[in-house]
Amino acid sequence: MSPDLPKSDVSSGLNFKETELTLGLPGEIGRGTSSLIQIPGSSSAKLTGTKRGFSQAAMDLNLGRSFSVEHDDSACEQSESENEDLSVAKPPSAKAQILGWPPVRAFRKNVITKSCHLVKVAMDGAPYLRKVDLEMYNSYQQLLSALEEMLISCSTIPTHPTRNYLDEKKLMDPASGVEYVPIYEDKDGDLMLVGDVPWKMFVESCKRLRLIKISEAIGPDPRTPQQSASCTS
Amino acid sequence: MNYFPDEVLEHVFDFVASHRDRNAVSLVCRLWHRVERLSRQRVFVGNCYALSPEILIARFPGLKSLTLKGKPHFADFNLVPHDWGGYVQPWIEALSNSRIGLEELRLKRMVVSDESLELLSRSLANFKSLVLVSCEGFTTVGLAAIAANCRFLRELDLQENEIDDHSGHWLSCFPDSCTSLISLNFACLKGEINLAALERLVARSPNLRSLRLNRAVPLETLQNILMRAPQLVDLGTGSYIHDPDSETYNKLKHTILKCKSIRNLSGFLEVAPRCLPAIYPICLNLTSLNLSYAAGIHGSELVKLIRRCAKLQRLWILDCIGDKGLEVVASTCKELQELRVFPSDVLGVGHAAVTENGLVAISAGCPKLHSLLYFCQQMTNAALIVVAKNCPNFIRFRLCILEPTKPDPVTMQPLDDGFGAIVQSCKHLRRLSLSGLLTDRVFLYIGMYAEQLEMLSVAFAGDSDKGMLYVLNGCKKLRKLEIRDCPYGDKALLTDVGKYETMRSLWMSSCEVTLGGCKTLAKEMPRLNVEIINEHDQMEIGSEEQRVEKMYLYRTLVGPRKDAPEFVWTL
Repeated sequence: MSPDLPKSDVSSGLNFKETELTLGLPGEIGRGTSSLIQIPGSSSAKLTGTKRGFSQAAMDLNLGRSFSVEHDDSACEQSESENEDLSVAKPPSAKAQILGWPPVRAFRKNVITKSCHLVKVAMDGAPYLRKVDLEMYNSYQQLLSALEEMLISCSTIPTHPTRNYLDEKKLMDPASGVEYVPIYEDKDGDLMLVGDVPWKMFVESCKRLRLIKISEAIGPDPRTPQQSASCTS
Repeated sequence: MNYFPDEVLEHVFDFVASHRDRNAVSLVCRLWHRVERLSRQRVFVGNCYALSPEILIARFPGLKSLTLKGKPHFADFNLVPHDWGGYVQPWIEALSNSRIGLEELRLKRMVVSDESLELLSRSLANFKSLVLVSCEGFTTVGLAAIAANCRFLRELDLQENEIDDHSGHWLSCFPDSCTSLISLNFACLKGEINLAALERLVARSPNLRSLRLNRAVPLETLQNILMRAPQLVDLGTGSYIHDPDSETYNKLKHTILKCKSIRNLSGFLEVAPRCLPAIYPICLNLTSLNLSYAAGIHGSELVKLIRRCAKLQRLWILDCIGDKGLEVVASTCKELQELRVFPSDVLGVGHAAVTENGLVAISAGCPKLHSLLYFCQQMTNAALIVVAKNCPNFIRFRLCILEPTKPDPVTMQPLDDGFGAIVQSCKHLRRLSLSGLLTDRVFLYIGMYAEQLEMLSVAFAGDSDKGMLYVLNGCKKLRKLEIRDCPYGDKALLTDVGKYETMRSLWMSSCEVTLGGCKTLAKEMPRLNVEIINEHDQMEIGSEEQRVEKMYLYRTLVGPRKDAPEFVWTL
């Protein structure tokens, strides 16, 4: 049920039109209108009597922060389908991007944003997701070590990780004896087993990672071979 | 002076090197003009549309080195549409049809095609040096032509160009007889490289002084290269990743000890910080360090590295160095002259890791600082005043507070006084970029004090036409003015139209100038090209009141350009 907005915005004391998030190039917003803006709770300066379109836009952008959840790592977000982050449906990002700002050469922008490749890591049973930057690693071995450390930190009993099998690309949380198989979702949306393709190819195509539980061993025997995971694909 | 033979004059002019001085010399009298132009070898053209290739060739028959700039500066930030112009092809065609023995070509923000490169390589027999900065339109096929045909090539320097990478075989196109390379920079190439060909090329280039590799060159190859070229002065690493316990890495550590000449270091697009100790031995000798693409080096490793670079004169880094890291720079790099701090979060109004504190520390510790580019989270008037007092020698001062129109966070005031202090104190200031909350007052200060100012960049600033007028009236040496998102309209534009002929160019976007105002200007000043960029087809002929989204005007000898695309109108 969507909330009813008061018929007369102004009578409620808050001018919703003023505080409405608008997106557009600065200079197009509120052009020609005088902008006496009082924003409750905002730390920005009051501007009076100016015809600067952008000042109004800046106020609009500042306001957005109080309504939305801040994007973290927005620079490294690969896809825009992360709507679960937003508590209020709104146009993309309170920190709306202004064309040509900040004034950084396009070439540099492309290089810098490419060098950070953050993907979400979902661990079966963990209450929250994690993120790793795939660019920080040079091989599957390094990535899996990092994931295993994450497993440890997510479990209740902190212990030293003992990597028993480097080749089988499985992870075990020694505290609970639970084994995980790392899989990932590629560009086509398919779920793939981590480790089949060359490392660089993997980095380019990996969209998100998932650690799937394959057993809950009571008395852990690390040498027991596990051929297939009971994971869906 | 009339009784000196020309040769004597020419010999005297040989000592006059800078472009401006030679331009001044040529204005003295007809005799000097003639002697100067016949002996001139290096020419700088700041706007390729200000004149034609034919004029250039006719005036300077002895031309050996040409520098050309194309698109306006704001094209760097995607404010100029693709296909706007700036083609080098007509220049290369004209040069190849002439008797000019061009040896060096330096291009910035121009469109260069493979055909152009091929024509260049085939028609200029003595060609030695190609430098391309922020250019686009060519591929590795064009590079192959340069490699294959320029028999005396000394320098191939590609900086931040958009190059379509078709294959790494262009490197193999350097013939075995090519042994003259002094400088090779292909860091901006994104694709694979023929590593064996690269190693062989280095092995047969005894004069190689400058080598900048791209990401595709692994550490093993770097090791091999440094073994063969310990005389390098300028090194840009490729992929700097390896297992620090490996034999390759060990070899590298020993090889680097022999590279005693390295003074410039850059690269590290991919880096394993645990491999950085290998370069510690050369840090002490470094005068220039560019880590602005090294996103993989953070925090303590970055600081450890910088602590060893006591002789640095130029430092380019990312803002993840933080204020604390800048304090280390300030206490270590006493010779620092140029500092650039780039934002790591480039996609929006982010959280830069540096504030006014870092800049104040730098200004206190580095008295020789004269060039600054600083992207930061915030700035205060108090800090700018201290910086101005500590560093009165600024030539270039470019400050970018990431959030537009952000005031001084302590006083909530505009930053007029801070920038005012900078222009008042720095009497040699030639280039200034403003940001933050600014009123007309800052422009009053700029007009009053910035007597040497040549280039000014303004965004989201000012309250009225007065701001722009203060600058146009006061800055006698102004050459380039670029403005975006400011409330300047026709009155500011039209009050002193003669001023624009004393300048190279003016850019105004998202301001208040109207079509009518631009038309009036174009009519009154026939020696200016007043170009309107009309991307969204909003303008109708006749709607004089309509605001112009983007206007770019420049002085020119040759009238409206014939290569303007549909969306560019020259009024």
